[in-house]
Amino acid sequence: MSTATADVSQRFARAHRTRQVRRLLGYAVLLFFAFLYLMPFLLAVSASFKTQAEVAANPLGLIPDAPSTAAWEVVANSAFPLWLRNSFIVTIGVTLGRLFLDSLAGYALARLDFPGRKAIFAFVVATLAVPGIVLAVPRFLVLRQLGMLNSFSGLIIPLAVDAFGIFLMKQFFESVPKEMEEAAKVDGASVFTTWWRIVLPMAVPGLIALTILSFQGSWNEFLHPLIAAPTNSDVWTLPLGLSQIAQATGETRNTPVAMAGSMLTTLPVLIVFLVFQRYFIQGVAASGVKG
Amino acid sequence: MSNADDQPAVPAETGVGTATARSGTAMEPPTGRRGGWRRGFSSNERAMGVVFVLPAVIGILVFLALPMAMSLYVSFRDWSGLRPLGTSNFIGLENYRELVVDSGLIRQDFATALRNNLYYVLGVVPAQTSLALFLAVVINNKVLKGRTFFRATYYFPSITSSVAIGLVFIFLFQSNGAINRLFGFFGLPDDIRWLSDASGVLHNLFGLFGVDEAPAWLAEASFMDLSLWQWLAGPSVTMFGIMMLATWTTTGTMMLIFLAGLQNISNEVEEASKVDGATNRQHFFKITLPMMKPTLFFVLTIGLIGTWQVFDQIYVISGGGPQKTTLTPAFLVYRDGFDGAAMGRAAAISFLLFILIIVLTLLQRRVLRPDED
Repeated sequence: MSTATADVSQRFARAHRTRQVRRLLGYAVLLFFAFLYLMPFLLAVSASFKTQAEVAANPLGLIPDAPSTAAWEVVANSAFPLWLRNSFIVTIGVTLGRLFLDSLAGYALARLDFPGRKAIFAFVVATLAVPGIVLAVPRFLVLRQLGMLNSFSGLIIPLAVDAFGIFLMKQFFESVPKEMEEAAKVDGASVFTTWWRIVLPMAVPGLIALTILSFQGSWNEFLHPLIAAPTNSDVWTLPLGLSQIAQATGETRNTPVAMAGSMLTTLPVLIVFLVFQRYFIQGVAASGVKG
Repeated sequence: MSNADDQPAVPAETGVGTATARSGTAMEPPTGRRGGWRRGFSSNERAMGVVFVLPAVIGILVFLALPMAMSLYVSFRDWSGLRPLGTSNFIGLENYRELVVDSGLIRQDFATALRNNLYYVLGVVPAQTSLALFLAVVINNKVLKGRTFFRATYYFPSITSSVAIGLVFIFLFQSNGAINRLFGFFGLPDDIRWLSDASGVLHNLFGLFGVDEAPAWLAEASFMDLSLWQWLAGPSVTMFGIMMLATWTTTGTMMLIFLAGLQNISNEVEEASKVDGATNRQHFFKITLPMMKPTLFFVLTIGLIGTWQVFDQIYVISGGGPQKTTLTPAFLVYRDGFDGAAMGRAAAISFLLFILIIVLTLLQRRVLRPDED
């Protein structure tokens, strides 16, 4: 009997040790990858406060020997502030457009009965499958035909409706209970009033998810502005302006300025991410579970 | 489900419906009480449904469907993209023939782009998928603290501008940059020219075994103007660097998708397998992985679709060089259409790429079809 208890307690001790070792291993893995994922950003921020000479001599140093804001001053006195403003204009335009149009269409597809509803939904889903790069030439053709190249309208309007947003909002509206709408209907409210007053307020979480997705997507969008505004640097967005700096200078480029520009481009997304992290993660999780 | 389904059938009043739609009185209350509220709402609903989807549908038609049709038309013409479309000629399948059938530089470039991208896909998709699954399983371990922080850290590169990340990459991978210093510190080669080394990784590997020159049978045989030896080059050192970058940036998103999948596996299943005394490895391969099959399928699909379109990083970092070893079909579309004044050919390339992606996705669906449930 006593040998049996000893055996059991030994086994518990061993299990406990294994758990400890596994926990340590887990932390080691997590920390190693955190290092791998954070270091590039930290080095880039640090480089933006170094001189070109120090970056070349000591690219791995996290704390600049002689901190300098020279690169940031160059950025502040270049076209960057203009591109920053443009990025906000385009991103806000695209996001507002999507919020309004996608939720309208999504609601109609989820709740309203009208001729061709199924066909239209199938059409929307089909367009989801078209890869972005395949649209480069066609989009250029249409924008050129409409005289919208090199303008804000060309940067905003083609992205203001997107099939994914419609799909997302339709899924969301289907998950909202319809009692309130039924009640509004009995009270004789019009469809638009019902949508605007009753449905949208209940759809706020879905709208936030769509806002986040479209903010991040259009802030970082590179191919579309490259195609839609090739020659008018007055309407360039940050990623496009930044890429042209990279193209112009080759490997001898001014690294601190390039890093300052990159971090300026990154900062707004970082802030939005830190504030709305939960929604980012829910959005991705939802897309995965649905798929 | 539509509301009308729950109600007694109401005769369609398309006339009234379209009239309301056309007059655009979106704010108006339902069409009066003449036919009772049900009927009024229903016909209003039919009209409003159309009004609600119309802007989006027009948007998609004008900026997606119509452009696709125009692009298909352009792919049959010798249009440069510079002068009016009307000045170009209809040349039938000539653009496609030059890319796939006729021997020449155009076909060779297309083949090079396909080769480069194929290696990119073969490297990045397995790497990002397995790394993402690994990180998800570690993070899902509930005894570990700070999981929210780690999750956010791994995910952040996925939502950062590809251009900004590309510039950071150039900074880190310069010949005297951080990566080479770090390699030197660990006794690895510290003189790798990450941004300008066109030598193939597989060629370099063969070189280690003394095969520096192409064996005659590989040098002489060729497919699409590229010798078999060239097909076997592997990704160039530069492309290999870009592949590491791509894995680094995309893993976070896929990790989140896997995490959502893992959290969907019910606790009972977990407990049951623990009680049955399954080891962790058994548990992972016998329980977790099979239950994750639909998620795995989804991640592989978006991985495949995404990697066949690699463009931003190529544009920023290498511009297709060195020696065309980072040329990809997506970059070729841009180079030929917007830099090279061959818009017709660029359109043809984008359709070939579209077909390739669809075929590969369907093929993958056949091979890895998730269980129907």
